[in-house]
Amino acid sequence: MPPTFILDIGLMALLVVVAFAIVRMRSLFVIVMLQGVYSLVSAAWFVSLDAVDVAFTEAAVGAGVSTILMLSAMLLADRQSKEIDMRRQLGPLVVVIVTGITLFYALPDMPAYGSAHSPANSYVGMDYIARTAEDIHIPNAVTAVLASYRGFDTFGETVVIFAAGLGVLLLLGLNGNAGKWRARPNGVNVSSTYLPSAQIATGESEESLDNMADIEAGGRS
Amino acid sequence: MNPHVILRVVSKFLIPLIAVFAFYVQFHGDFGPGGGFQAGVILAASVILYALIFGLEAAKRAVPPAAVRIGMTLGVLIYGGTGLLTWALGGNFLDYGVLAHDASHGQHYGILAVELGVLFAVASVMVAIFYAFGSRQPDMTDEDW
Repeated sequence: MPPTFILDIGLMALLVVVAFAIVRMRSLFVIVMLQGVYSLVSAAWFVSLDAVDVAFTEAAVGAGVSTILMLSAMLLADRQSKEIDMRRQLGPLVVVIVTGITLFYALPDMPAYGSAHSPANSYVGMDYIARTAEDIHIPNAVTAVLASYRGFDTFGETVVIFAAGLGVLLLLGLNGNAGKWRARPNGVNVSSTYLPSAQIATGESEESLDNMADIEAGGRS
Repeated sequence: MNPHVILRVVSKFLIPLIAVFAFYVQFHGDFGPGGGFQAGVILAASVILYALIFGLEAAKRAVPPAAVRIGMTLGVLIYGGTGLLTWALGGNFLDYGVLAHDASHGQHYGILAVELGVLFAVASVMVAIFYAFGSRQPDMTDEDW
């Protein structure tokens, strides 16, 4: 067994562990941090799969910026997620199990890992790799496909990012109105601007929130 | 005495390096991993790190919201404008071959231009979204976490 294969298995196992930890947590702060960990581990996995461009993006976007954006969004909402009744979780569980069984059923139809005859490696994919050197004269085939052969797609992506930014700005405003606007978690008015919202929402004492270990313990219960 | 003196000193040293690394990723994208998307996010990360350490107001003085608003529009305009330019020069939309006397040189210029557009759009949008969310909350003390 090649050592990279063992590494892949190890990293995928780590992803599963992190995913289960995220599901079991109640503290949103810990969940956001674990999502960053998840992104970083998948970035490492992409490097092991030789997809360095994707790994680069995942590390920068997933582990870096989106963690910060999730944190700043969390500050406007509650710090803890509410307990959900067991009976209401049955429906989603059935959906997940059925989807999982379907995916495993479809698994034998997938091409072998790294196969030269897989759809991704034949047809246009092979064509791009073969023609990049003479058409574009740049060593990185990924950039050639992204910016030149698939320039329309990348234009679409840029417009999508622009539209996403525009949507957020239309909803929240670029300057916000810091100090004038207050978060109202669960419909409860936050009286003091410096009081964390979770405290008011759950009625916990200040000491317990100062202690990160307590929040974690609350997350597991 | 500010309790974050180490963070401040280290980040003051790191932020310029992060910004320079973003431009390295941008212009080295033809030869190694990277390109406009990654460079844009890294550039935005340097601004966001500055805002996290020195406060949102200081970041808004360094990178004004008006510049961010112009930057995200400019990015899409550069990309689309490159397409229109190739059109005007007699090629297809985003067919960079017509940009220079030699088709492969034209491809180089075209890729450089559109990656620059992507850099502007991604970096500005990331900073804009951060400003939009960050400005909603009054500045917090350490105890609030």
